[in-house]
Amino acid sequence: MIAAQKINNMNRRQALSRVSLILGGAIVGANIFLEGGCKPADKKAANGLDFSEQDIAYLDEIADTILPETSTPGAKAAKVGAFMTVMVKDCYEEADQKIFLDGMQKLNEAARKKFDKDFVDGSPEQRHDLLVEIENEQKEYNKNKKREDPTHYFRMMKELTLLGYFTSEIGATQALRYVETPGRYDGCMPYKKGDKAWAI
Amino acid sequence: MADNVYDAIVVGSGISGGWAAKELTEKGLKVIMLERGENIEHIKDYVNATKGPWEFPHRGGRTQQMIRDYPVLKRDYPLNEMNLSYWTNEKDCPYVEVKRFDWYRGYHVGGRSLMWGRQSYRLSEMDFEANAKDGIAVDWPIRYKDVAPWYDHVERFAGISGNKDGLPQLPDGQFLPPMEMNCVEKDVAARIKTHFKGQRTMTIGRVANITAPHKGRTACQYRSKCWLGCPFGAYFSTQSSTLPAAVATGNLTLRPYSIVSKVLYDKDTKKATGVEVIDAETNNVIEYKAKVVFLCASALNSTWVLLNSATDIWPGGMGSSSGELGHNLMDHHFRCGASGRAEGYEDKYYFGRRPNGIYIPRFRNLGGEKRDYIRGFGYQGGASRQGWKREVAELSIGAGLKEALTEPGDWTIGLGAFGETLPYHENKITLDKNTKDKWGLPVLAIDCEIKENEKKMRIDMMQDGKEMLEAAGIKDVKSFDNGYTMGMGIHEMGTARMGRDPKTSVLNEHNQVWDAKNVFVTDGACMTSAACQNPSLTYMALTARAADFAVSELKKRNL
Repeated sequence: MIAAQKINNMNRRQALSRVSLILGGAIVGANIFLEGGCKPADKKAANGLDFSEQDIAYLDEIADTILPETSTPGAKAAKVGAFMTVMVKDCYEEADQKIFLDGMQKLNEAARKKFDKDFVDGSPEQRHDLLVEIENEQKEYNKNKKREDPTHYFRMMKELTLLGYFTSEIGATQALRYVETPGRYDGCMPYKKGDKAWAI
Repeated sequence: MADNVYDAIVVGSGISGGWAAKELTEKGLKVIMLERGENIEHIKDYVNATKGPWEFPHRGGRTQQMIRDYPVLKRDYPLNEMNLSYWTNEKDCPYVEVKRFDWYRGYHVGGRSLMWGRQSYRLSEMDFEANAKDGIAVDWPIRYKDVAPWYDHVERFAGISGNKDGLPQLPDGQFLPPMEMNCVEKDVAARIKTHFKGQRTMTIGRVANITAPHKGRTACQYRSKCWLGCPFGAYFSTQSSTLPAAVATGNLTLRPYSIVSKVLYDKDTKKATGVEVIDAETNNVIEYKAKVVFLCASALNSTWVLLNSATDIWPGGMGSSSGELGHNLMDHHFRCGASGRAEGYEDKYYFGRRPNGIYIPRFRNLGGEKRDYIRGFGYQGGASRQGWKREVAELSIGAGLKEALTEPGDWTIGLGAFGETLPYHENKITLDKNTKDKWGLPVLAIDCEIKENEKKMRIDMMQDGKEMLEAAGIKDVKSFDNGYTMGMGIHEMGTARMGRDPKTSVLNEHNQVWDAKNVFVTDGACMTSAACQNPSLTYMALTARAADFAVSELKKRNL
């Protein structure tokens, strides 16, 4: 019940929607996680998707530019690149897999055009500026996007980065607060700016 | 037991079956509980219960393989990586959808008591009188007073936490201390009370999670991972509660992998003699004999057993002489309501994951009000602060985005209504003999839909939610209807209804099949109307009541 995620606490439904919460139903809004109109991908295509170590390193750099190291480790430390490949391989429909793969290429071409280097060889500033541009392009695209239009590749990358990072052990326990067994409930606890959010 | 003979056979091990086994064994009967699926051992088999999200390769999500394997489950939230093994294998166990019907099943020891929502509400006098007053379907053969002591009985044992609200439409029970509303919910509840002059009530959900140590079980630890199985046994399930009690008597035999294909019937004595079982692993056919049979296989499957039983006497199956077997299928319709943002609580948060929300009991069509539909709905919902998945429009990428998302976002609150579905004769299940499951058994064909009464109600379900949130000062309130198909509520009810007349009902006032009085059906199949409350507590109470009656009849040699 991804839709009911908006209903913040719906018992079984809510408990289960923590899955979609973990999936980020709203954020990873691509139809990969929703039933609506999902066509099973061609199994062979999915199995044929091989990401190299180099691809993973490249995706790590993209992820780390989206969520860099600050007072807490960044997305690369949380191995988000490898996570992205698992998700694209196992969870994406064939058409979305293609968009993602083409997007990896497009993004690198944009890097070459902008700073004459592969993305991974750019400086952190160059990478950041490029991704801001692509993010703006993505946002612009989504403004006019119809439901059936394909998802923008950078939206996929950003969503997978957020999902992969905040549900990673580093993200959940360092960037956020993770308490496996709270043991009690306090419905009205003081909060001050800067206090971290609960991971789940 | 010699020659597979017992005093009682219980078919199914979910909420109702577990209660039947507990009550019958505690009253001294030798009982075999037959479960079609595998065993899931308490605690030991809750293999994902304590994992962090990072321990799941897809962080709980669904793969294309899962989507291929679970064409029904994928339609809504249940399909996920974390408790996939608790859901029924759809390839082995198909069914036919004459109209779309989402059937979310759990075939294993404990059934859906492992994954249930745990919301536990009594039906009220108004609910038991409703059909008679409205002149629809048939009258319940019982009234609130008949069930009230049994609600007491099951609440005391199962452990239901809740607040006593003194509302006639939602009778109070034997509650453990209520869970706490958070600060936004408390304020919204107070404003609703004031605005509607006490005519509408927002209270904390009544839930089968124990808030104090209870019957050797540990109190809820506020992990909100109930649907993975609770290593603390803090919510009611067969495994945490009724099964250990039944086992402790020494009178219980539990047999997993036992698909009951039919009730065996003796036309001379007009009674059942036992059941036929197909061993799900070996395909061997075995007969078990007993004085009484309790069908607690979940609403649709208990009726499936009846449809497939004694067809030499009644071509339509045991209980079909009424013409109502398989008919009057109900669910609760939902997925509509309203949500919005609460301002002024930026300095407030909460600790712990409360596996429960708020509840707004029915307020429509009470006290003489007449809407353009009959019956009503209740709301479930709650308030919380948004997490990292929220949109942060002004921040695109980089350190600023990351820092922003590590803090909680706005408080939001949502209300989702659960509405009563009327019992329509034409909403039905039948046997499709041309479609077989893995064991060669005919499968169910399901043909049902909601109608005008439900559709009109849904408009109020949206608007009333919006009105209440706005009255409570919530901002940006939006109502929603995300669409509903029968089955999605996972509250299947009816198809073997109770009644006062064998010509128009399948079961009598003690849940006995009119056509075979030593066969009892005490799960959702027996429901004569649906009310709008979550139904499982009522199955528990009716099961305990029927078990008590069955034992007393056995003692009197009436069965």
